[in-house]
Amino acid sequence: MKFFNFHLMPYRHADLDAIEKHGTAWVTYSNRDYDPEKGAELYHEYLDQMELADRLGFDGVCLNEHHQTAYGMMPIPGVLAGALARSVKRAKLAILGRALPLLNNPLVVAEEYAMLDNLTRGRFIAGFVRGIGAEYHAMGINPAHSQERYAEAHDMIIRAWTEPGPFQYVGKHYHFNYVNTWPRPYQKPHPPIWIPSQGSSSTIRWAAQMKYTYAQTLAPIAVVAKFFQLYRDEAAKAGYAASADQLAWSNTIYVAETDAQAIREAKPHMEALANKLLKMSTEMLLPPGYSNIDSIKRIRAAKVTGKVQTCEDLIRAGVIIMGSPNTVREKLAEYQDLAGFNTSLTKTQFGTLPDDMTRANMQAIAQEILPHFRDRLPQGKRQAAAE
Amino acid sequence: MPDHTNSKLAVRGCNITMMRGGAGRPLLMLHGAGGAGIWLPYMADLAARHDVIVPEHPGFGASDTPDWLDTIPDLANFYLDFLDQLDLKNVNLVGHSLGGWIAAELAARNTSRLASLTLVAAAGIHVKGIAQVDSFLQNDEQRVRAFFHDPKRAEEMLKHLARPELEDINLKNRTTTAKLIWQPRGYDPHLHKWLHRIDVPTLLVWGDDDRLFPKDYAFAYQRLIPGSKVTIIPECGHLPQAEQRQAFVAALEGFFDTMKVAA
Repeated sequence: MKFFNFHLMPYRHADLDAIEKHGTAWVTYSNRDYDPEKGAELYHEYLDQMELADRLGFDGVCLNEHHQTAYGMMPIPGVLAGALARSVKRAKLAILGRALPLLNNPLVVAEEYAMLDNLTRGRFIAGFVRGIGAEYHAMGINPAHSQERYAEAHDMIIRAWTEPGPFQYVGKHYHFNYVNTWPRPYQKPHPPIWIPSQGSSSTIRWAAQMKYTYAQTLAPIAVVAKFFQLYRDEAAKAGYAASADQLAWSNTIYVAETDAQAIREAKPHMEALANKLLKMSTEMLLPPGYSNIDSIKRIRAAKVTGKVQTCEDLIRAGVIIMGSPNTVREKLAEYQDLAGFNTSLTKTQFGTLPDDMTRANMQAIAQEILPHFRDRLPQGKRQAAAE
Repeated sequence: MPDHTNSKLAVRGCNITMMRGGAGRPLLMLHGAGGAGIWLPYMADLAARHDVIVPEHPGFGASDTPDWLDTIPDLANFYLDFLDQLDLKNVNLVGHSLGGWIAAELAARNTSRLASLTLVAAAGIHVKGIAQVDSFLQNDEQRVRAFFHDPKRAEEMLKHLARPELEDINLKNRTTTAKLIWQPRGYDPHLHKWLHRIDVPTLLVWGDDDRLFPKDYAFAYQRLIPGSKVTIIPECGHLPQAEQRQAFVAALEGFFDTMKVAA
């Protein structure tokens, strides 16, 4: 299994009581709560952690993109990827991903990603997402255009990377007389493409058809297993057998000496993430048009927003793994076999977790977990277990 | 004998549903973001002296969602086709909220089949510095409460809307509404430049306590449409036709009467 250190770069000094009172840390939560001096320290703290992940033997480091929120300080992940392109010497560098529909000229992503691929001499992984609903409130982009703009932007970027320019692109949402991206990507034909998603069946089907790596965001492991099985089924329909390398699970891992100690230490920081930084109304998460009506009904019925979850709830559901080295190894092996993935996108820092605890966690994962999974592939009766 | 009919109609391949009742000069009512709904008391009131026609816009309710539907100007052009197809003449065009925006776009393009224009709590233009409720950040209940001046009227409306069989229609209407008005939020940045072309008598009816499109919008429209008149209805929110039905109907009938005198 491959391990990527996935950072959300939360503004961990946010006033959690104020967020609770306001109802969300997104879009309408005032940036008056952001202290630039503390924020500057955090950027360096987090980038240092990414560089440590490289030295500790993580296979990659991951960034992502969110706007107008204390949840993450990466509205422009390329800035941070640029900072890491020369200091992360060995590991892959992934942006998971840029939210294409938010851009009025998505060719800037073709340029930005090609630059990063050149800078890292081919260690770059290109993620494409639609952005969550809150982004459409924040960025003034019509959620009802999200899927169309994503499809056009993706096609245009791939063509910009693979067809000699200049050529003309005329779509419904994007129109360019000259598509002629300099630089061209370092990897051939282009960087690997990873598609993170909350589990939309149309996205899973599309990723499988395109042979793109599918990355499942925050979800209980039983649900993850179902989505990964859907990916394998769609790959089979498309005429090939998907490998475990095409499936990545986004999780949180915290290792301490004992299970009790791990939960005691991690609990307030994990719950700050789950119940404060992630909190938003259904209307903010799912603006009309962002998903088709059936998906919106399903999500509204599940009442996913606003449900308070304890650290223990999240462990029990297999959303996160926390405990002694032995417990974490057992759980991770069990989940790998159940869901059949070969990449773990692991948040080692989460919520308000401070630097010293994050570094200790990273060290423990590097020493106690990574070596045991280096050559481990999913085993056993996966298909039966997922059913 | 029923006071109105429900029918289906295809306009250039797009199937829509339509309510129609009464007799007299045609009155074409363009509904707001909530959809056409049912034949309401104010429609029956107006049907006493008019041939009241209430189509359901493409993308709303039981009407088709055609591939060409992207913007409010698309609907304005659609309704010009609609007027041609039904061969309606001397039409009193009334539009509420989103439907008011369609009506304003239509009238700025072509008034040849219109006798008058009435905009009710209409979207379509932007007035700087006026606070407006962001209905897309509100849940169903908050949104309904924001519509009314009188909270008791909001309660009644909430009871009506709570019916689960309406969920699919409501989601369809919300999806189409987002597509049409999300960005720029509720207006066409080019419309204000052409409202001077409207050359039929125009009435602007607004609730005094409209929190979605406050009455400043009525006066902004008045400055842009030559000779237009404003009627502000007291103790009234964004739905004058529901919250102050009698005052609303009286305002429209009074306006139609003055037109007759002038003619």
